[in-house]
Amino acid sequence: MLRCGYALFWLLGSVLLICVVSPVKGEAVVTREGSHLKLSESSHSNESQHGHSSNITGIPIISFKWHHVETPYLVAFWVLVSFLGKLVIEANHHVTSVIPESALLICFGFILGGMIWAADKVQTFRLTPTVFFFYLLPQVILDAGYHMPNKLFFTNLGGILVHAVIGTCWNAASLGLSLWGCQMGGAMGDLDIGLLQYLLFGSLMAAVDPVAVIAVFEQVHVNDVLFIMVFGESLLNDGVTVVLFNVFDAFVSLGGPKIDAAEIIKGIVSFFVVAFGGSLVGLVFGLLISLLTRCTKNIQIIEPGFIFVLGYLSYLTAEMLSLSAILSIVFCGMCCQKYINANMDENSVQTVRYAMKAFANGSETIIFVFLGISAIDKVIWVWNTGFILLTLLFVLVYRFIGVFFLTWILNRYRLVPLEFVDQVIMSYGGLRGAVAYGLAVMLDENKIKEKNLMVCTTLIVVYFTVILQGITMKPLVMWLKVKRAAVTEVSLLEKLTNKMFNHTLVAIEDISGQIGHNYMRSKWKYFEENWMSWILMKPSARKKQDQVFDVFHQLNLKDAMEYVTEGERRGSLEFVRNENSIIDFKKKSESESFDINNANMSNDHGAMSTTSRDPIPSVSLEMHEQIMKAVREAEAINAHHLLDQHLYKSRKQHRHRFSRSHFDINRDEKEVQEIFQRTMRNRLKSFTSAKMGVKPPKTIVKHTQKEQQQKMPNGKSMDKAKTSYSGDEGSEGDSASGYDQSYMRATYRAGAGIENPAFMPDLDPMDLLQIPPWLGESELDSSMVALSHRAQVDLPRTPSNLRRLAPLRISTRSTDSFTLENIPDTQQMDSDQLQPPPPPPRPPRDDGYV
Amino acid sequence: MYNYKHYCKNLHKYIHIVDVCFFTVSQEQIKNLYQRFQQLSGNHEKISRDDLERIPALNNNPIRKQIITAFFDKRNQHQNDVGSLDEIGFEQFLMVMSHFRPVNSTATEEEKVTVRKQKLRFLFNMHDTDNDGIITLDEYRTVVEELLSQSGAIETEVARSIADAAMLEVASTNVHSPHSRPRMISMKESHLSILNRFRWINIFSMMSIRFLDMNSATMRCGKLSS
Repeated sequence: MLRCGYALFWLLGSVLLICVVSPVKGEAVVTREGSHLKLSESSHSNESQHGHSSNITGIPIISFKWHHVETPYLVAFWVLVSFLGKLVIEANHHVTSVIPESALLICFGFILGGMIWAADKVQTFRLTPTVFFFYLLPQVILDAGYHMPNKLFFTNLGGILVHAVIGTCWNAASLGLSLWGCQMGGAMGDLDIGLLQYLLFGSLMAAVDPVAVIAVFEQVHVNDVLFIMVFGESLLNDGVTVVLFNVFDAFVSLGGPKIDAAEIIKGIVSFFVVAFGGSLVGLVFGLLISLLTRCTKNIQIIEPGFIFVLGYLSYLTAEMLSLSAILSIVFCGMCCQKYINANMDENSVQTVRYAMKAFANGSETIIFVFLGISAIDKVIWVWNTGFILLTLLFVLVYRFIGVFFLTWILNRYRLVPLEFVDQVIMSYGGLRGAVAYGLAVMLDENKIKEKNLMVCTTLIVVYFTVILQGITMKPLVMWLKVKRAAVTEVSLLEKLTNKMFNHTLVAIEDISGQIGHNYMRSKWKYFEENWMSWILMKPSARKKQDQVFDVFHQLNLKDAMEYVTEGERRGSLEFVRNENSIIDFKKKSESESFDINNANMSNDHGAMSTTSRDPIPSVSLEMHEQIMKAVREAEAINAHHLLDQHLYKSRKQHRHRFSRSHFDINRDEKEVQEIFQRTMRNRLKSFTSAKMGVKPPKTIVKHTQKEQQQKMPNGKSMDKAKTSYSGDEGSEGDSASGYDQSYMRATYRAGAGIENPAFMPDLDPMDLLQIPPWLGESELDSSMVALSHRAQVDLPRTPSNLRRLAPLRISTRSTDSFTLENIPDTQQMDSDQLQPPPPPPRPPRDDGYV
Repeated sequence: MYNYKHYCKNLHKYIHIVDVCFFTVSQEQIKNLYQRFQQLSGNHEKISRDDLERIPALNNNPIRKQIITAFFDKRNQHQNDVGSLDEIGFEQFLMVMSHFRPVNSTATEEEKVTVRKQKLRFLFNMHDTDNDGIITLDEYRTVVEELLSQSGAIETEVARSIADAAMLEVASTNVHSPHSRPRMISMKESHLSILNRFRWINIFSMMSIRFLDMNSATMRCGKLSS
């Protein structure tokens, strides 16, 4: 109860907000007829004149130009109001779990409509067919097509088509004929509606709206087959309804007496031509999009726009050719989804997905709100109890009859018959929505005298089905115990096994010599892989399109994410770095030195040094961990790649934020080099200072120097010298410079059995004494540049964009350290990094300076 | 075209098989299958490996070898026999085919379970090439490599790691097993991993709906076109 009160409070709040604005709105609106969304030429011309006249008298500092912005302002405002309504509705889960969102939005529309009507005494805002069909519907349908599960759809295509085409025709015809019969029988009083007009009405009432049903289905996870049957049916059904409506509309315009057999045949032919033509237009545009995305590599920012623009164009083209626009955009979305997902950059794909959802969801919201608003209008309310009630009854009954009859036929040919329960849900899911209303408003008042009655009836049917059936849908699904979809995680095993099944089944069909679904599918797949993909996909994308590999990749990503989560739980990603234990010291040294270079010592350094205090036990623990964790080795390697990416990505500089055409990180060669040089100079300074004791940090320096000079003459083994060195260092680690720490760890590692060739010459304090930092720097540079190339070559399975970043990563002293195969190389590389002058060119220089 | 006399002579036997396996096909469908059998064997009573390998449509199938082997596997004959046959007659052919029958809607729960088990066993046998009741990592790898070899996009290396990952999934689903960890590591070291067949069956029964769907969606015995 408290919750409800809260929601109500919010509702009131938003209502108040609207009230504040409505006086202004009302003022503006009284002068105009029709929809706020419709562009009004007259008001514009008035506005411009007004503007001119005011300009003559003098220069106003500020002027209030409401008419100037009226139309776009109102549009934006209504969008905002609808969204706010949705926000309020969605804030309360207790309500939305019982009443579907669409129903609530309609109710919200009622309230808004009531307020407008109270202010204006006339309903000024209304959903016009133009706005609906041109600006609101396309994105909803495109989204549905784009997100259509293609395989599922085509597996059940037969059933879907039967329901969408024959079912729709049946609904239209039965409703029209029955109403006509009832009128003949005198059940509805005196109405001026002929048989054809009844059929027209029937056809517009046949449009099934998926939104509310799908929302419920998604909540309760009904089984796949039922889902796709309802979803696919309602989607194609919209297209078919519009076609049917147009055919009957043509008949009505032609007038009863002129209709003969030839005209009827023409009507039927046009029905199929329009439907299939529309689908064909969609396919062509879909292929066009796929082709285009092959070559949008250089304009990645606007890449996603192509899908929307071309999708919309396919809608308009079909409309222009008087083909079915809805079917066109559905097939456009379905056709291009696979190829654009493969062709485009991952980011663009995500953009498309989210933008699509945002548009579709936004449109839906606006549609439902306006469906509600439209109701509050005295003009359209023409009550005829008989007509309205009979329509409601027939809509419901014939839907049941149609679904059951068609499924009965289909079940004779299906191997997994649709169960009784599924059929009930399918029938009950026949909600009518905005398409029906949009078509009803499109009726021509001159030809159909009772237009208002029809609109009114449509609205009532819509409200009845969306609100009442929508609310009862979920309890019904629960009560009937509709088979749920098993909630399964993606698993590689499942994918592989499925693939195995597919091939087995195809083989069995081949052997038993029959042409079944699997045979067809395998043939199509063969064609698709060999021709379609070849033409429509980028060569690079073609390789990655295997589903099994995709799942493999996904799982790897998931694991990587888990690693990150795990790392965050523990406070650092140390354990991951240590997993491939041998080269991990580099990572630590890198991060530390990086931190130091950025003067970022305060927090991180403290953490680092605490870990560095006790290197040996932690490492042994980590080794233990490694055994525990490295179970999924193959995936781990992959995960590490990802982590590697992630770890350093954040430090890249997004320099071109202000640029519209690029969203890249800094890849400028010179700058990379510059950063690198500076980094190296810093390191070298700290390195030499640590070695030589020339510069701070002073206290430690003395120690280390002492240490070294003590030990080296003693002729102790390298390992021992190193370990003790590191141990000493660790005790004073807090103030130690970053490079020293890394150095120390490197030595520890070397002690663990990996020889570090870098160490040998460096140990000699006399050695570096003579090398001026700048010289070492330049030496470094050359070696590093060479190294970066080597590193690039060594990166296994690194995406190409990563490869481009390789120099940068090198500059932060990261190497791709996670591949075991690369250990020798990376180690070598690392040694080169740590030790400015590489061993081979060393002797001459040594000679020169020592 | 086909040896009608022979067919009639043995019809009762076939029908018996059908009854035993509650293979829901009519006599007409058996006849169709028999025709196909004759066509494949070249009007002989038995069918051999070569006959099956000659089917052109099978050429694109990556697991062609496994399928054909399955037909000649004694384990798929519902007798507790191990080994492989050189030739199979129509009875055996029908037996193998019966693994792909759709589940009758009137079937009882018990029957459904049996059918599911048989289907799983068939699939299991396809993987388990050495008949020891265990799918080892190597066996699985071979199958996966062949399965993925077709597209050409996936290299053997990747295919192998995919197979490994899939095997690890199997291992990780059996949390209760006390020895799972060592086994995984041994797998990592590319030793043979021992996976109990019953675990497989468990896993598949989890995905049984899909499995049944797929099977039933295929064998349209009622729609045989001769």
